[in-house]
Amino acid sequence: MEHIRTTKVEQVKLLDRFSTSNKSLTGTLYLTATHLLFIDSSRRETWILHHHIAAVEKLPLTTSGCPLVIQCKNFRIVHFVVPRERDCHDVYNSLLQLSRTAKYEELYAFSYNPKQNESEQVKGWQLIDLAEEYKRMGVPNDYWQLSDANRDYKICETYPRDLYVPRTASKPIIVGSSKFRSKGRFPVLSYYHKDKKAAICRCSQPLSGFSARCLEDEHMLQAISKANPSNRYMYVMDTRPKLNAMANRAAGKGYENEDNYSNIRFQFVGIENIHVMRSSLQKLLEVSGTKGLSVNDFLSGLESSGWLRHIKAVLDAAVFLVKAIAVESASVLVHCSDGWDRTSQVCSLGALLLDSYYRTIKGFMVLIEKDWISFGHKFSDRCCQLDGDPKEISPVFTQFLESVWNLMEQFPQAFEYNEAFLLQIHEHVHSCQFGNFLGNCQKEREELKLKEKTYSLWPFLLDEQKKYQNPLYSPDFSPELTLLEPNTVSFNFKFWRNMYHQFDRSMHPRQSVYDLIMNMSEQNKQLEKDIKELEAKIKQKNGQPDAVLLKEHQQSAHPAPVALKTPPCFKKEQPLIPVNDAVRTIEGSNTADNRYSEFMEEFSKAEPAVVSLEYGVARMTC
Amino acid sequence: MEFAELIKTPRADNAVLHGPRCPAVRGTLCLTGHHLIFSSRRKEGGEELWLLHANIDCVEKRFVGSLGTIVIKCKDLRIIQLDIPGMEECLNIASSIEALSTLDSITLMYPFFYRPMFEVVEDGWRSYLPEQEFELLSSVTDEWRLSCANKDFSVCPTYPPVVIVPKCIDDEALRKVALFRYGGRFPVLSYYHKKNGMVMMRSSQPLTGTNGRRCKEDEKLINATLRPGKRGYIIDTRSLNVAQQARAKGGGFEQEVYYPQWRRIHKCIERFNILQESLIKLVEACNDQSHNMDRWLSKLEASNWLTHIKEILTAACLAAQCIDREGASVLVHGSDGTDSTLQVTSLAQIILDPRCRTIRGFEALVVREWLQAGHPFQLRCAQSAYSNTKQKWEAPVFLLFLDCVWQILRQFPCSFEFNEQFLIMLFEHAYASQFGTFLGNNENERSKLKLTQKTMSLWSWVNRSEELARFKNPLFEANSLVIWPSVAPQSLQLWEGVFLRWNRPSKFLDEAQEEVLNIINYNRELQAKVNALRRQLAELETDDRMQENLTDSTPVRAPWLRGSVDLNENPLVSS
Repeated sequence: MEHIRTTKVEQVKLLDRFSTSNKSLTGTLYLTATHLLFIDSSRRETWILHHHIAAVEKLPLTTSGCPLVIQCKNFRIVHFVVPRERDCHDVYNSLLQLSRTAKYEELYAFSYNPKQNESEQVKGWQLIDLAEEYKRMGVPNDYWQLSDANRDYKICETYPRDLYVPRTASKPIIVGSSKFRSKGRFPVLSYYHKDKKAAICRCSQPLSGFSARCLEDEHMLQAISKANPSNRYMYVMDTRPKLNAMANRAAGKGYENEDNYSNIRFQFVGIENIHVMRSSLQKLLEVSGTKGLSVNDFLSGLESSGWLRHIKAVLDAAVFLVKAIAVESASVLVHCSDGWDRTSQVCSLGALLLDSYYRTIKGFMVLIEKDWISFGHKFSDRCCQLDGDPKEISPVFTQFLESVWNLMEQFPQAFEYNEAFLLQIHEHVHSCQFGNFLGNCQKEREELKLKEKTYSLWPFLLDEQKKYQNPLYSPDFSPELTLLEPNTVSFNFKFWRNMYHQFDRSMHPRQSVYDLIMNMSEQNKQLEKDIKELEAKIKQKNGQPDAVLLKEHQQSAHPAPVALKTPPCFKKEQPLIPVNDAVRTIEGSNTADNRYSEFMEEFSKAEPAVVSLEYGVARMTC
Repeated sequence: MEFAELIKTPRADNAVLHGPRCPAVRGTLCLTGHHLIFSSRRKEGGEELWLLHANIDCVEKRFVGSLGTIVIKCKDLRIIQLDIPGMEECLNIASSIEALSTLDSITLMYPFFYRPMFEVVEDGWRSYLPEQEFELLSSVTDEWRLSCANKDFSVCPTYPPVVIVPKCIDDEALRKVALFRYGGRFPVLSYYHKKNGMVMMRSSQPLTGTNGRRCKEDEKLINATLRPGKRGYIIDTRSLNVAQQARAKGGGFEQEVYYPQWRRIHKCIERFNILQESLIKLVEACNDQSHNMDRWLSKLEASNWLTHIKEILTAACLAAQCIDREGASVLVHGSDGTDSTLQVTSLAQIILDPRCRTIRGFEALVVREWLQAGHPFQLRCAQSAYSNTKQKWEAPVFLLFLDCVWQILRQFPCSFEFNEQFLIMLFEHAYASQFGTFLGNNENERSKLKLTQKTMSLWSWVNRSEELARFKNPLFEANSLVIWPSVAPQSLQLWEGVFLRWNRPSKFLDEAQEEVLNIINYNRELQAKVNALRRQLAELETDDRMQENLTDSTPVRAPWLRGSVDLNENPLVSS
């Protein structure tokens, strides 16, 4: 609280991000310990969590005041104009302090209290049980066992305690192999395909340099390939571009030499590193945030940002992996440099394509817990939870979600969850409101005692899963759907407007078929229930015409309205896609929300010779 | 001429057909005067392909030994390949297809030979007459009249015999104005906005020339549409530069001095070969699946197709905005008034007028603003994206219009009575059809061809309930509002239903579409059942002479049939 110098500023203007005529809403800005709040004159509230703030910028003073631009990690961008420079300066400084947290304990999750009792909290954390998940996959079994080698994080600090390895991989082999792998991240099981008996394994790059070998590591790989009775050889996928991997050799790292490992097929798949991805997203956002953008600038910006190329590369890699398993029944070992970014993307997407369980709401949570959280994707660094090295920030997880979204577009019936689910998860990866994504690895999370001090996100999402259900989902719709074979021809990849412009409502379709169908299938369930009740009543009526009884039944036949109340924890959050709000009103036809109306203001001004209407915004050039 | 003369080899056995997205099939190929027919022997029926020669845009042949291959590229953008054993047969067939697909005479086209297999309930040729349109108009205003000045097409060869003009302008004045407008296309009424009485007119460019000719009657005509003291807008679909250059060729634009009550706005909508090139590039990009991401995006960009979409939509929004928001009348023209002008006026009506978003209303719009208004379909749609003969007059003007409608439909998926299939169907029939509707370039030509007697109208077929069922949007709910689409590049999309139709697997998308339909139908079923049960229960209760509250038997209404829905309110209990 000591950072807050001003708690309330009046007469602040909120500018329309894409308006060329500086259309704005006037209101009051409030600073709380956790949120920035703007209430406009029509009492509409905009809540911004401090942790969501990626950057605050003070622009040069203008005649109407001091502009303050806030960019958020959930791609909201707000542009305020504060009348007095001093106030602006205070807000700016407060936000700088508040959005940069030095210690985990200061994050929102530690103060957030959803009014759950302790046992609910504990139960919440137990919702996802990875041991159960491995059991579901069919391990331990004759070939794979649980290893206690890392029980005390002695072999690898960034791995979870429980690791599954081939039965034939003895402790010395594990230890030896881990010494030959970057950060000790030796090959372990990520996904086991019961039918094919093939495995997806993951690790980091070998410390091979130009010529180093490690017998234990070679044994380890052999053990993995022998653990698959259906195929003798295995694939080793290096998800980096070949050049990067070669450059790593100079630093004593590198990739597997096919001559030293028996029965491996080595393959580069060329996904760029975190730095390339970071700047790619930055370029994408620059382009999509341009006022008065032309179609060609948009498309060439999309191209030069490389963003869709990267998404395609990630999905292509996953498709390669899936083919190896589904077609050749071969096990695959996936790694990149450290094995926590690209490796997580490829392993999790591969499993998602192979196993329909991960396409259920619960299954997707499990997948994220397994391949991202437990295997040490550095959420804290990548999402900049604490004030740290900006070079560590990278949208690796966002790319994963975007890849999933692309799959959902191609297979509208294959997923139990919908786009809103992905957006909500993205929101909370950055919100630091729940404990799940805090820290960089399991060891760190245990040290922070997150399970006692914070809450898990998953039960909250499950509670409101109605919002995240895909009405078109059909779990046993077609046996071919167990395995998804996406088409990765370039034209299938589209700009994810609902992610990058989720707060720019005027760009969205004004009516959503999806919301409508969602409501309708919800209503269908209610109607089915009603029919049952009515039929029972009629039956009873015919049987025993007892007036009193009937009266009672009638009351029970009318259950209280299903209140889709948001749990208190979500109250402060702006709905991502306001799924249920006034489905049938057409926003675009309402002057307030529609940028053409500026045109009218413009008309009353100068007399133009030429009027151009761009970007949905009328602009006049005389 | 006998078609038989053109068909040297009418039949080839053991041919192999490679269609898009399906395995190769062996079968027999037959050529008739108007169709290429391929039937496989494997299954009885079902496996037949009937392709109109008129749908064929381009034929390519190549040989490997004595096995010839013919690649047929269609105007609906489909590409099929036929392997035909025997060099001579293959050559004969290829040259026959080529000849039959490029017949010179319109009267040899299939519509003149087509005999419908269905019962004609309603003659489509009489479905949308200007007189009916005028009747609707006269119920709300008496400021307009139906003029027959052009009944023998002498005033304007590309206008229909009857047009709607301001009441105070007589036919003599119209003749004078016609001399002042390119091609005689004097300003006529395109749309009357009931909400505020504002109008949209369309014409061609005025023939001001370099010396600034004026025409008092023209000024009087368009001023007649203004309310006292009000201004109007002239939307010129050409850039100022192009409009200025047009003066050298005798054309030009309305000068401020002579039209002081009008403000001119220039937009830049491309025409002719620029559009055709754009289509060719776009289709090329869509057909090459080997493109990497960068190449695909740069090809998509280089095609400029979406830029054209954005320009056209923007101009239409502007026109609609002037009328609805500014309360001003609008005159739209480009140079000829037969292409970009019609794109703008028809799209503006889609935005403004809920009637145009119904199936019949949209058909009426196409008839009024495209067919009767003299868009030269025969010239523009002679060839499509694959043709090697690039003629200056070919341009996908109508396809661009349909694409723009699709863009709006995507943004307002519940506001249209028709679906995407309906638009695709119109695209196909504009380029090749068994119906006479899109033949000819204007009403004058059509009347000479006696299309109404000799051919069947597309609308006679479409408006039968069997066909309509395929084209209806299950989510449609009439909405009387003006719908403003977003024209931001992020909101525009490639029309996959047309351009990727043959290149991407659509099985999963189609099945999802079906599921949407199932949910809607199921919902209706349940609603009906609940209502029936409630009624039954109520009856039982009255039988028991119980004093029952009637609330229980109030029929349930689907929430999506209401104005807006509040989900917190359970629609079933709210009564």
